[in-house]
Amino acid sequence: MDQILGNIGLLFEFPVVNLKIVLDGIMVGALFALAAYGLALVWGVMNVKNLAQGDFVISGGYVSWYLVQNGFPALLGVPIAFIVMWGIGWVVYKLVISRVIERDLFTSLLATFGLAIMMAQILNLLFGSDTQSVDLGYDVLYFFDGFIDVPIAKLIGVLMASALAAGVIIFMKSSRMGQAIRATAQDARAARVMGIDTEKVYAFTFSLNSAICGAAGAIIVMVWVIQPFYGISYSIRAFVIVTAAGLGNLPGVIAAGLGIGALEQYGAHIFGIGYQQAIAVMLLLLVLLVRLIQQRRNRQVLK
Amino acid sequence: MAKNKTILYAAILAFTFIAPFAFPAFGTQLATLWLMIIVALTWDMTGGQMGYNSLGNIFFYGTGMYVAALISIGMVYDIGDYTNAAGGGIYKFTDLQYFGGLALGVLGAGLFCSVVAVVIGYLTFGLRGPYFAIGTLGVAIAAGELVSNWDWVGGGQGIALPVYPGDLDTGKIFFYFLFAAVGVSTFLFAKWLYGTRFGAAINAIRDDEEKADAMGIHTLRYKLYTWAMAAFFVGLAGGISAFQLIHFEPLESAYQTINLGIFMVVCVLLGGKGTLWGPVIGAILFHLFKEVTWNYLLGWQWVALGALIVVTVVYFQDGVMGYLMHRYPELFGIKVDEKTREEVA
Repeated sequence: MDQILGNIGLLFEFPVVNLKIVLDGIMVGALFALAAYGLALVWGVMNVKNLAQGDFVISGGYVSWYLVQNGFPALLGVPIAFIVMWGIGWVVYKLVISRVIERDLFTSLLATFGLAIMMAQILNLLFGSDTQSVDLGYDVLYFFDGFIDVPIAKLIGVLMASALAAGVIIFMKSSRMGQAIRATAQDARAARVMGIDTEKVYAFTFSLNSAICGAAGAIIVMVWVIQPFYGISYSIRAFVIVTAAGLGNLPGVIAAGLGIGALEQYGAHIFGIGYQQAIAVMLLLLVLLVRLIQQRRNRQVLK
Repeated sequence: MAKNKTILYAAILAFTFIAPFAFPAFGTQLATLWLMIIVALTWDMTGGQMGYNSLGNIFFYGTGMYVAALISIGMVYDIGDYTNAAGGGIYKFTDLQYFGGLALGVLGAGLFCSVVAVVIGYLTFGLRGPYFAIGTLGVAIAAGELVSNWDWVGGGQGIALPVYPGDLDTGKIFFYFLFAAVGVSTFLFAKWLYGTRFGAAINAIRDDEEKADAMGIHTLRYKLYTWAMAAFFVGLAGGISAFQLIHFEPLESAYQTINLGIFMVVCVLLGGKGTLWGPVIGAILFHLFKEVTWNYLLGWQWVALGALIVVTVVYFQDGVMGYLMHRYPELFGIKVDEKTREEVA
């Protein structure tokens, strides 16, 4: 308890520590937001809750890591992971997801959970259970007498994440396929009547989600570490963000992603790093509870 | 037909008694099989019969383990000192202390889990469908993470309990019969429950909760009671597991979300959701599959298991009982006229 109070006191004594925590949180949150956006896309368009989201992220990271081990430049890993994970997402869609779209939601949850177990274990068998990362070899920038350290690699990561998010948003707004995806999300049956091949839209959406996750993973491997079994924690955070922001609310997803990143860093600072995973899950429960109370006021339930 | 059923039940009961003596090498495996049957049956109470698919029932298993261990230790020694020694030190238990602690601990675990189920249920039963599944999964994961940071109960290292006093082989048979007793009573309880008005009410909640509510069924109360009953039996099973495993730690053995927590759901889906025998059959099939892959596909066992989950969920969701019911409806007392049969075929 004393330690917790001491940690809180530290925040007031050195206000600059707050800035560091918020900055760290935003950098983490930007990547969470990417994975969460993919989840929101799949959830909104085809009503599939993908619990393997985090494992797509980790797979993308391993694609990039593998390329770097074989002499490719690290920054090239991001687009290649995007493309490779696009293919993997398409295969997964054809084999599993296409058969659970019409079923109830628990089916998709459980099927993707099985998928998550498989993917984590295959990665473990292929690459071993050690944590891996890619060192870009860039400098670290220091501000405020060394209180705040910002590695350039992290800055590049955040920039790439924002560029990817912007690209996806523009694509969804203006391209023909983006329009078709949004139409399918609104009403799949009407879209079919209007001549949109919804099956193709579903396959495209799921592949796009997988590709976004893959690119996010390729950025994560440059900035932090990855390990075959880290996937579930990214899945949980994606669920927290989407549940908090609501479906089809892109600015909300980004804001929630950044906010949860910052909250988690604060929690880890105050309670100790051992609680970081617990804090992510507690935030999920908190968000569910708040939504529940909101709904109860309208005499409705969270469906 | 009734006579056949009596013979069937008698045969299964006889096999239950003979099994550990006939296959002494598989004593622990058979005990684990009973554990799977218990958790599958209790999952089906809420998942199959009431339509609330929980992914967090493992929470009660882990909590049961901890409560049983803490009660049995706390009756004799100071818990903080005991866990600090982490299995070292000189902490001896007499026979009376061991068995007394086991009995009280296991019962206490069951009761405590029922109470906790009511509290958690009150908060989570407003969630429907996938939100309920995610919410309960969150409860289980959060509990595991919090307990692993709680030093008073051993933190991430877990707790080491005293070893069974006496011959180890006798110990195996002892735990087998404990699990079997809980398993048989769970089955009989479920069989009785599904035949009562209460069973009809929870089936009504599964079929259409709004209509059930409108018909005057106090849905929240029924949901809480059902979950508390399920939690009681899972808590008992968890308490026995704590003594059987001797040493357990929070993330991998107590709150093992992605192991047993998912296995129980797969067992039920494999056997057939919403049936009495489905969970039992599913647990047996699943346990066989698991042991075979763990023995012959080592390294790939998790891949095989994930594939089994995906295939079961995607292609075979009605399970064995659902398949049989569809194929041979007469066995279940459903009358089919010849015309419909031809149309279906």
